[in-house]
Amino acid sequence: MRALLRDPSALLGAVLVAGFLLLCAAGPWIAPYPADATGAIHFALKLRPPSAAHWFGTDEMGDDIFSRVVIGARTSLWVGLAITGIAVAIGAPLGILAGFLGGRVQTAIMRVTDVFLCVPGLVLALAIVAALGPGLGHGVAALAAVWWPGYVRLLEAKALALREAVFVEAAHATGATTPRVLLRHVAPNCLGPLIVKASMDMGFAILAAASLGFIGLGARPPAPEWGAMMAVARNYMPDWWWYSLAPGAFVFATVLGFNLLGDGLAAWLDPRSQR
Amino acid sequence: MIRFLARRLAFLLLSLAGLVVLTFVISHVAPADPATLAAGPDATAGMIAAIRHQYGLDRPLPVQFLLYVEALARLDLGHSVATGHAVAADLAVYLPATLELVLLAMGFAVVAGVALGIFAAIRRGGIADHAARILAVSGIAVPAFWIALILQLLFSVHWRLLPIGGQLPVAVAPPRPLTGMVILDALLRGRPAVATTALVHALLPAFVLALPCLASILRITRQEMIEVLAAHYVRTARAQGVAPLRVVTRLALRNAMVPILAMIGLRFGFMLGTTVLVETVFDWPGLGLYAVTSATSADFAPVMGATLAIGVLFMLATLAVDVLYALADPRLRVS
Repeated sequence: MRALLRDPSALLGAVLVAGFLLLCAAGPWIAPYPADATGAIHFALKLRPPSAAHWFGTDEMGDDIFSRVVIGARTSLWVGLAITGIAVAIGAPLGILAGFLGGRVQTAIMRVTDVFLCVPGLVLALAIVAALGPGLGHGVAALAAVWWPGYVRLLEAKALALREAVFVEAAHATGATTPRVLLRHVAPNCLGPLIVKASMDMGFAILAAASLGFIGLGARPPAPEWGAMMAVARNYMPDWWWYSLAPGAFVFATVLGFNLLGDGLAAWLDPRSQR
Repeated sequence: MIRFLARRLAFLLLSLAGLVVLTFVISHVAPADPATLAAGPDATAGMIAAIRHQYGLDRPLPVQFLLYVEALARLDLGHSVATGHAVAADLAVYLPATLELVLLAMGFAVVAGVALGIFAAIRRGGIADHAARILAVSGIAVPAFWIALILQLLFSVHWRLLPIGGQLPVAVAPPRPLTGMVILDALLRGRPAVATTALVHALLPAFVLALPCLASILRITRQEMIEVLAAHYVRTARAQGVAPLRVVTRLALRNAMVPILAMIGLRFGFMLGTTVLVETVFDWPGLGLYAVTSATSADFAPVMGATLAIGVLFMLATLAVDVLYALADPRLRVS
């Protein structure tokens, strides 16, 4: 833990992620006008520049942008958790099975994975959302559907290496069954790379969901989702330029935080990778 | 090498078949009703039933799949409700625009990423190295749509240096299509002024598209170069008096090339995905914008067409990278 904190970029990552989690936990208390996040209307206040009363200005409904951005953190948190969680739940077992069992199981799993990996994720997600219809839930489902193959690839390689490990051989020799070897010896040793990737993917999943929101296929206004806010803000460029700054900056800080944290975790779990 | 290519082509065909199955599943098996989607938002129940029959959507799934493959083989990707054209004809117009943008962005990302990566590795621990590290970590985390809007604000609105979007000003007649890529066509048709204008329009979108890719290439180049420069054969070469520049370019870079190429291949797909965002912000008439405008207006056939086109483009790029690998490292040809 101390080694993690000595690395300045990992520390910055931890601080950014902690700040993000604080917004998620205490958003309604931090936001000065929590009602503005649910689509309150104050036309008298619309499109005001940043001021002491409204730090990031107000939007076209007169809502406080700071409040909306702060409360929007929760949406991003559950979006990130849902996409990464589903991807891990599907991808991790398949990857471990493919790498550990080999043979036809491996071939079958890896061929299906390869197909998913041959279309850029965001494009495939866009196609799926187009088929399902726009909306945040569909966006999350589509992104989860394109996200799991990365975990299969990662853990297949890891399990393949573990299959030859001496302690796995020893477990087999003492009469452990295959499910027991998988659960007690292989899976725990896959946790390191899994945690690193999941940490980074939290950020990238949030970015991808915001991207879908930005092109109008994810969350819909007035939901306080960062990408969807940017989509509306874009219509008020360039005269009301401040509108689009805050939501994007929060996406940036969050993605950067999870990324640096993942990097720090990777260096900590595998000291050889430190340079 | 020939066996390697044959095996690689067989894999390409397999992936292509997989892609066709995948798009079929999305468009025919997913909960959405393809007839409703194909009929467009304003269709009546009768029109939907007619379309269902016309496209064979009332037949069993395996038959539908054969019909789908047969239509694909004829390059029949359906019609766009919005443009009124056949999707294949639309793709032929939009694909070159995306390809041009992506090639510009990739060229810039590779040159700048490798150069900065080498520089950071040589000046390890210095200010340049720290600056490179900040660029590397922030470049992949920054939302493309956000940085695009900020650059538009600065360069197009505030300083009025660069155009805010589009491929050419309305007043400028585009060159007669040859390849479909405007800059290249303008040069080929002997209109350098038009080529320059088009290039200026491409600067901001290409930069935004290049940024995450540049960051990853910078990072991996730095990492590999630090490792290779510490190797014994590099030290030996230095001791023998080989010129420093030659050591870096001939010995070190060549040996660091395979991981860098791998990163380029990986990032190409990501870049194709990002065109969806960048083309939307910069109003760039390519596949990404086509897919987005179609998807947001429930115009389904163009979305699937663009998905197929981008998938095929990505497969070809992966193939090209694999061939480059094999050229850079003979050991990979046998495994």
